[in-house]
Amino acid sequence: MTTVEVSKPAPKPAPKQLQRRRSDRPLLASLALHATLLGATVIALFPVLWILLSSFKPADRIQSSEITLVDDPTLENYRAVLFDTPFPTWFLNSVIVAAFTMVIGIAMSATCGYALSRFNFAGKRGLMWVFLITQMFPVAILIVPIYTIMANLGLIDTKPSLVIAYLTVAVPFCAWMLRGYFDTIPKELDEAAALDGLGPFGTFWRVILPLARPGLAVTAFYTFLTAWGEVAYAIAFMQSRNKLTLGAGLQQFVPQFNPQWHLLTAGSVLILIPAAVVFFFAQKHLVAGLTAGGTKG
Amino acid sequence: MSTSVRYDQASLVYPGTTAPAVASLDLTIEPGELLVLVGPSGSGKSTALRMLAGLEDVTDGRVLIGDKDVTHLRPKDRDIAMVFQNYALYPHMSVAENMGFALKIAGTPKADIDARVREAAKILDLEPYLERKPKALSGGQRQRVAMGRAIVRQPQVFCMDEPLSNLDAKLRVSTRTQIASLQRRLDTTTIYVTHDQVEAMTMGDRVAVLKDGVLQQVGTPLGLYEKPVNAFVAGFIGSPAMNLGTFRVTDGHAQIGEGRVPLPRAMTGALKADTVQLGFRPEALLPAGKGDPGSFAVEALVVEELGADAFLYGNLIGDELRADHIVARIAPRSVPEKGATVWFTIAPGALHAFDTETGLALPTD
Repeated sequence: MTTVEVSKPAPKPAPKQLQRRRSDRPLLASLALHATLLGATVIALFPVLWILLSSFKPADRIQSSEITLVDDPTLENYRAVLFDTPFPTWFLNSVIVAAFTMVIGIAMSATCGYALSRFNFAGKRGLMWVFLITQMFPVAILIVPIYTIMANLGLIDTKPSLVIAYLTVAVPFCAWMLRGYFDTIPKELDEAAALDGLGPFGTFWRVILPLARPGLAVTAFYTFLTAWGEVAYAIAFMQSRNKLTLGAGLQQFVPQFNPQWHLLTAGSVLILIPAAVVFFFAQKHLVAGLTAGGTKG
Repeated sequence: MSTSVRYDQASLVYPGTTAPAVASLDLTIEPGELLVLVGPSGSGKSTALRMLAGLEDVTDGRVLIGDKDVTHLRPKDRDIAMVFQNYALYPHMSVAENMGFALKIAGTPKADIDARVREAAKILDLEPYLERKPKALSGGQRQRVAMGRAIVRQPQVFCMDEPLSNLDAKLRVSTRTQIASLQRRLDTTTIYVTHDQVEAMTMGDRVAVLKDGVLQQVGTPLGLYEKPVNAFVAGFIGSPAMNLGTFRVTDGHAQIGEGRVPLPRAMTGALKADTVQLGFRPEALLPAGKGDPGSFAVEALVVEELGADAFLYGNLIGDELRADHIVARIAPRSVPEKGATVWFTIAPGALHAFDTETGLALPTD
């Protein structure tokens, strides 16, 4: 009898807390929560919104002390940045550099991540440590030695120098991430593929990659962004004005004297577009449960 | 058509361990035979299967399929199909693509693949599901797709690694029969791994019992049941398990509780100590009256009524050496009450004896 009495009240409170509904939350807590969320949203969106609004203002009004939301909206800034500046060339440079970084980055980090996930080889642990440790160095420290390497290779002021530099940033991180993703795909699928007649690369290509689409999509987006908005390496490596990428190029609009904010704001808004396009295509693959049903679950 | 499989002193030691997962396995599987590898978890049964499939590297010895030494061949060059415990279906392919994948890789013409997939689907009742993805199938259907993927290939050997352990109890029993009859029909040499001794007894042409990577005994299911070579096999095969206990021996008689049970001369002659490990199956216990020669008393603790049978679980009265329960099969419907004292004798010739040191069977006649 006593055991029944003792065990009865104990398990009850736990599930009740877990199942707490929205309506159970006190009004004040609800208000505070939403106010906080709202505040955070405003802080996050304000700069973007301000740039967007400013890009439609006439050049002479952007810096006016009188703060207005919309004032005489015009597309003149966009026309100027597209036709009177090297912006389109920079844009193309950035697209090429980012695209190569993305494609090479995915290829390298996917194969590397698969090897780390599935195979045992000498130096595996060491390699993973190196990948982690290299993430710890800030760009400011790496920029000089990498510049020296690029100079020795004769790559300064060329696009490959940037692609290689961005890959050194993106590949270790993405290899780690994809390794984690591959680890969630049951090893029995590899074994079934091996028995069905596939070699290691065939298994990777025809069985594992199709199932790793969400991981690959994130990798694609990350590698693209690494290259797309980057400034530090771009300024250091690229010297000719018409070879600059966007991050470096935009800075040219706002020198210390006579900054041209109207060009900067319009250019900044245009920069958002390709990143948004890449994200749009990437997020379509961010679906959960691709491996569902393959193994008993 | 079908081929034999032979393990020749095959061993596997996992890197970083000293004890072999499979130690010097010597085992021949006849053409067309269904051999069941059975043992508790960690006994090396799955490892032995994976050595044959080429999924583990053999450390020592050889594995042969027919006359061909496949020890160091890649899995795809062994002409083996495997059914995995978790099925390992390709989630991004339809049932038909899953089943035809190996043929597609081998470059079989599409019409042939279609025909063979349809044929297998017909055998396995999968025709309505050929275009579905695995996630839209039930557990039993997935299991059949995994079987289908194996039989479409028409391989030399089937490897099955606990293919039924993820099914519910009822489905497991019916699928077990289907697999056994399918295997006989296809006449393909099959190695079937399970930890379930009932599956082993019901499906296998022969059963191989493993423990700690060492092969204990190979034989027909009934052979293992009636003539276990050691106490481990005796306790592992049979359900409910054989009653096993260590008893004192005096004057050629074993003291089982209050009863003095005479031992055959061959048995006492082989004894090296004054104790012996005796085994008797639940059905070998016959009801007796108090004071009958060789009878002993059991205090009933639990009685399981299964309808056709009833099993009595009880404590041996007056025994100082063993504490385990005694299981006896008794007549159903008029069973003793809990706490009642019941007298049993052991049926003549049904007594197994094992050396207390080595666990090896002692001669019984």
